[in-house]
Amino acid sequence: MTVTLFDFLALSGVLFAIGMAGVFLNRKNLILLLMCIELMLLAANFNFIAFSRYLNDPAGQVFVFFILTVAAAEAAIGLAILVVLFRNRQSINVEELDSMKG
Amino acid sequence: MVQTVVFIVLAAILVGSALGVISARNPVHSALFLVLAFVTSAGLWILLEAEFLALVLVLVYVGAVMVLFLFVVMMLDIDTDTLRQGFVRYAPLGVVVAAVVVVEIGYVVWTRKLGVTLGTPVPHAANYSNTRALGDVIYTTYAYPFELAAVILLVGIVAAIALTLRRRPGTRSQNPAKQVRVSAKRGRIRLVKMPSGHGRGGEAP
Repeated sequence: MTVTLFDFLALSGVLFAIGMAGVFLNRKNLILLLMCIELMLLAANFNFIAFSRYLNDPAGQVFVFFILTVAAAEAAIGLAILVVLFRNRQSINVEELDSMKG
Repeated sequence: MVQTVVFIVLAAILVGSALGVISARNPVHSALFLVLAFVTSAGLWILLEAEFLALVLVLVYVGAVMVLFLFVVMMLDIDTDTLRQGFVRYAPLGVVVAAVVVVEIGYVVWTRKLGVTLGTPVPHAANYSNTRALGDVIYTTYAYPFELAAVILLVGIVAAIALTLRRRPGTRSQNPAKQVRVSAKRGRIRLVKMPSGHGRGGEAP
């Protein structure tokens, strides 16, 4: 039995689903939401790398490179917003962030 | 055969640590589980012969992004108990959505064979350099997207600094420009002419 492309696709699908379930479970804690987004991005990268290997085309890895860049910038800005939010509200509870509800 | 065993072990660790991320009680534990997930995926990426990206994942993600996460988690004084309210209430919904996602992805993957040959691809030659192959593509075909990625990082730096920078009144700080501009004639020494025998305090000795 060898490792096939579908094993990797199944693994990344499970990983993505876990990240998505995490968004539902921890929907009050903003920092855990960011971590779950990181998990889902990792699952997407898994798909790119697996296809790049099995199609023998390095272009897929270039996309992973760009996704990593964007994800790093996203994490930096997201955490900066989180710090500013905590400084102003003393809380990172998502349910308390309703001042723009009108 | 060895690859299969490695894949199964690493996949089990990866799924377990991902479950740990979303179910840990303490956000610090979640961050550490996420570190474990990233390191395990780096191992799986090496199994897929994407060595450069595996090392970048460890260096950039574990070394920089997750340390940033840990800093923020430990810096903020978070009341985890109130934040975990509703965990049990939303658990069935989360499990259902996750199951639906898995079934959908599995269905699509299994019904469409995606035009990809099954089985293991041929391993690269011993002198194959993944970094070189990636560089060949990035600096030729994807040169403009590469520069765009650099601009995105610059925007990220500027945004993060602009968001968190604040001027706090009342704190003592240096003004380097003023310090550099100082000279002995202007401001540093002041010569005061006084008649002898009269102190500054006005009391003659």
